[in-house]
This record gives sequence, C-alpha cells and structure tokens, in this order.
Amino acid sequence: MRKKIWISLVLLLVIPGLLCIASCAKKAVKVEPAEVVSAEDEAARKAAAEAAERAEQEKLAKQRAIEVQRLKEEQAAREKMAARNMFINENIYFDFDKYNLLPLARKILKRKADWLWNNPDVSVIIEGHCDERGTNEYNLALGDRRAESAKAYLVDLGIARARLTTVSYGEERPVDPGHNEVAWAKNRRAHFTIE
Amino acid sequence: MKRVNRLRAWPAYIIFLVMMASFLICPALCLSEYDYVDINSPFLRKIPIAIPLFKTMAKSPVEKRLSEKASDLLSETLEFTGYFKMLDRDAFLVDPEKSDITALNINFQNWTSIGAELLITGSLQVKDEIIDMELRLYDTFKSRLLIGKRYRGWINDQRKMIRRFCNDVIHCLTGKRGIFDSKIAFISTGSGNKEIYICEFDGYNPIQKTHNKNITLSPAWSCDGKWIAYTAYKKGRPDLYIEHLKEKRGFIVEKKGINITPAWVPGKFALAATLSFSGDPEIYMLTGTGKIIKKLTNKRGIDVSPSWSPDGKKMAFVSNRSGTPQIYIMDIDSRNVERLTFQGRYNTSPSWSPDGDKIAYCGMENGEFNIYVIGVDGNDLLQLTFNEGDNESPSWSPDGSLIAFSSNREGPYRIYVMSAYGTDQRSLLALPGEQTNPRWSPGIVSN
Repeated sequence: MRKKIWISLVLLLVIPGLLCIASCAKKAVKVEPAEVVSAEDEAARKAAAEAAERAEQEKLAKQRAIEVQRLKEEQAAREKMAARNMFINENIYFDFDKYNLLPLARKILKRKADWLWNNPDVSVIIEGHCDERGTNEYNLALGDRRAESAKAYLVDLGIARARLTTVSYGEERPVDPGHNEVAWAKNRRAHFTIE
Repeated sequence: MKRVNRLRAWPAYIIFLVMMASFLICPALCLSEYDYVDINSPFLRKIPIAIPLFKTMAKSPVEKRLSEKASDLLSETLEFTGYFKMLDRDAFLVDPEKSDITALNINFQNWTSIGAELLITGSLQVKDEIIDMELRLYDTFKSRLLIGKRYRGWINDQRKMIRRFCNDVIHCLTGKRGIFDSKIAFISTGSGNKEIYICEFDGYNPIQKTHNKNITLSPAWSCDGKWIAYTAYKKGRPDLYIEHLKEKRGFIVEKKGINITPAWVPGKFALAATLSFSGDPEIYMLTGTGKIIKKLTNKRGIDVSPSWSPDGKKMAFVSNRSGTPQIYIMDIDSRNVERLTFQGRYNTSPSWSPDGDKIAYCGMENGEFNIYVIGVDGNDLLQLTFNEGDNESPSWSPDGSLIAFSSNREGPYRIYVMSAYGTDQRSLLALPGEQTNPRWSPGIVSN
C-alpha cells in the first residue's frame, strides 16, 4: 500500500515535471528558427553599416580633398592677392630733385615686371610724386619724369608700352604730411595702381 | 544767388557809368611832377602825406560815417603802394570841418610845420543815395594844387571813386598807371581742395573762381585780363584749361602726360605751356584755343615755367639741362638760349618785370627758399627775403613797384606783398586754409 502511494507521489511530481519539460522542450524548438533569422539580419545590418561607413568615409575623403583643394586655391588666391598687393603697395623711391632709378628701385621694378608677365590682362597707372620742397610747377614736371623713368625701365624689361600710363601729381599728394627728411623720403616716389 | 546779384547789379552799373563822371576841378595838369617818387630808387624815401577827414557838407551822420570810411580807404590805398608815410590825424593843427579845402584858403604852413609834403583834402555830400566827392592833392611846400577831381555816383561805388583818384595821384607822382584796378589770382585750400581765388590788388573781396574739387594750379592772366589759363585734374590728370572769366566758354588741352605752366604771350591771344606728350616735358607755343603753333624748347629733361618779356620777344624758363633747375632766357626768333642764374643749385619760378629789365625768381640756399631779383643781363643779383620761412612764387604788380609771393613764415602758406626792393613785407589777406601761387593781373581787369 505504502509503495503505491510513493509511486503515485512520484508520478504526481514527475508527470507535470515531464509535461513541463516537454512543454519547455517544445518551446525551445519553437525558439530555434527565430534565432537563425536574427543572425542573418545582423549580417545584413553589418554589411549595410560597413557600406554606409565606407560611403561616409569616401564622402569625408572627398570632402577632405575638396577642402584641401579649396585651401590650396585659397592659398593660391592669397598668394596671388599678396603678389598683387605687393605690386600695388611697393613704391620705388628717388633722391631729391632726381628721377634716375636707384638700385633698389630697379630690383623692385624687376619684380613688378615678373608680376606683369604673369598677369598679362592687367594695365597699370604709374603715379609720379615729389616731396613738398621746391616749386609746385617744377615738381609736376619732376613727378612726370619719375613716372616715365619707371615706365621706360618696365618697357625695357619687355612690358608692352600700351599697358603702362603715367600721371604726375607733383607735390600735391604726399603719403606723409610731415615736414622732415623722413617724410620727404617717403613722398619722393613712384606709386603703381591697377587700372 | 550769384545770378540775382548780377541782375541787381545791372541797373546800378549803367547808372554808374553815366553818373560816375569825374571832373577836373582845376586844369593844373601834373606834367612834370614825376620826380616826387622815383620808383627806381632802391632806397626809397617815403613822402610824408596828410589826409584829414573829408569835410561833410550837410554834416549828417550818414555823411560823417562815409567821410570817415572814404578818408580811411584813401589813406590805406595810397599806403599800400609803399610810397607814402601817413601822418597821424591827431597831430593835425586844423579841424577839417572848420577849414576850407581849396588852395585859396588853406594855410599850408599848418601842414609843412607838421612835416607834411603832400596834402589831400576832400569834401563829401550825400543826396538820395548819390554821393558827390571833391578830392584835391596839394604840394604843401609849393602851396600848389597838383590834382583836383570831382566824383559823383552811388554810395556803393565810393570805393571805385577813391581808387580812381588814387590812380590819378600815382600817375601824377610817378608817371605810371596805378595798380588800383588790378587783381590777384591765387590758389587756396580753404574749400578742402586747391582752387583758384581772385581778390582785388589789396586783398579785398576774395572770390572762389573754380569749383573743380580736385587739384587746381598755376593761374595765368591773359594780357587783357579777360581769360585765365590753369592746370586742373578734373579728369584725373593734369590738363590745361583756358577759360573766359565772364562768359561760360573755354578750351582744354588734354594731351598725354602733363599739360602745365601756362604763360600768355604779351599782346596776343596765345600762350606758352609745358606739355610732355612727346615723352619729355617741352615748352610749346599754343593758340588761345589750345592748338599747338610750335615747339619752343628742344632739350632732354625738364623745361617748364615760361615767363615772357613785356615785348614778347624773349622768354625766361626753368630747365634742368645743366643738372639742376636753373633759369634760362630764350630769344624767340633765333631760339638762342642763355643761362641766367649761376648762384645756388635750385632756381625756379621766373617772373619777368613789367619794365623788362629784371627777373624775380625763387632760389634755394641751405634748404631755404627765398625770393631773388636779377637783371636780365645776369648782373645786380638781389635777395629780397631773409630768414623768414620759405618764400616762393614771386609775381610783379603791373607797374613793377611791388611783388606778391607766398610764404610760410607764420606757419601756413599765405600771400604776402613787398616792394620791388624787398621792403614793406606784409600779409595780403587772411583766409582759411593755405594760399599759394599768387599771379598779379595786368593793369586793367574788366569788372
């Protein structure tokens, strides 16, 4: 009798346990296909991400290239502008009552001629200036001679005469309004502007 | 505004022509009196002259005011010449209102005793805006009337009457026409740009003549005083403009390079000017309409600032053909050129004297610019300004007795006047900005 009870007890415990296992097993079997699908997705996603990344990197590379190009161009433009500014800002200077070209002036004019070679479309006005000493009238003629000296030298260096015009301002447009040799030296100049 | 003034001025001007007649009160012509003032004497003695207040006929306040104004103006105008020493009215022994103004009743001893050698008496009457003036010049030592004139005109024309009388006085005493109808053109920066202004001989009534708003330089009077030529940067470069002063017409010389330093040929509607279109600044003869007649100079380097001899046969100019700017004289027919200045390394701005025997110029010595006068033969070099800043741009008065010039002796550049011998240096006028480049007109300039 006691034995029957034990068996029924075991059964009582085991069957639901089995049932439970079976159900669990069933469940596990059911889960398995889902796990396979997820792996495939992952791979696709990975591939997509990799592709996106590649695209992104390519884009970045392209952008970098563009940026580099832009910087290069900017640099070139800057250099061009600097060369242009230098052409405009670099005056040549003369001694009092003189219009012959000093050695430094010749050096600067050679640079200007190079720039004019590289910028064949540009026409230039050469302004001749004097310091305040002396007669306005004589200084107008002196300014004319200074501008013409610069022009003649550039023509000698191969720049077309037609690209160069001169205008004398005599002592009428000083850059430095002072009344001393420092100011005078700055004012005895030929100045270049682009037409 | 200007037009309105002109229109309003018209009837007055016509009436002025009719009415401002001057009458010779006494036929005592001043034929051989030129020895009073010898303007060729370098050590000029100033003649003491007395000019009492003009006697008023109606004794009204208006007359009193005008009398004071007129007698003061007469004194100032004559004093401007540098020939006279004005005696102080406080020292006079007689009251003009109580004494007579005609020779018959003047006690000349009252004047000789205070040192007056000349005496000018005047009387004045005002009726309906019209003024009657009688003016007489006496030699007090000889007790003689030298000039007597009566003037009648609008009150506003009093200045003209006084000037006319002054012209007569100067003609009587020196044998030359006075300068009182002349004007002075100059450059002023008062407006912010260099523009041409014109004032009367004594600095009175300066008027801005150009409104170019850039750079305007080198005014030059035509011989009849009707035209003015100048250089301006109206189009951004130094072109030459020839303009009629009254009518709105003119000509322009706008060749490549500089078109500068005009100088009218005496007695002709033609001028000399420096043009550099050939690549080198040379002096050319141009018609008054700006067309080239011929090239005058032909030398590499700077040739600039022509100034004509009064007979138009010779031309002084500046050239750096010797290495430094110096003054040369060209004989126009033969084209023969001779160097005039040898002292100093910078001599410019020649101005040929109206008498034809001298040339005033600007020279630099030790960094200072001064006015010099030299005989056309190169002798008798005379320095006129000393140790008073820089002095430039001399220009003779039409009678050759005075020289206008610009100087920065008081800081900014202003116009000054001195005698032909450098005496009596004084500032001509006070204006804002700086004034340079004075050019004295010929004797008569039409108003």
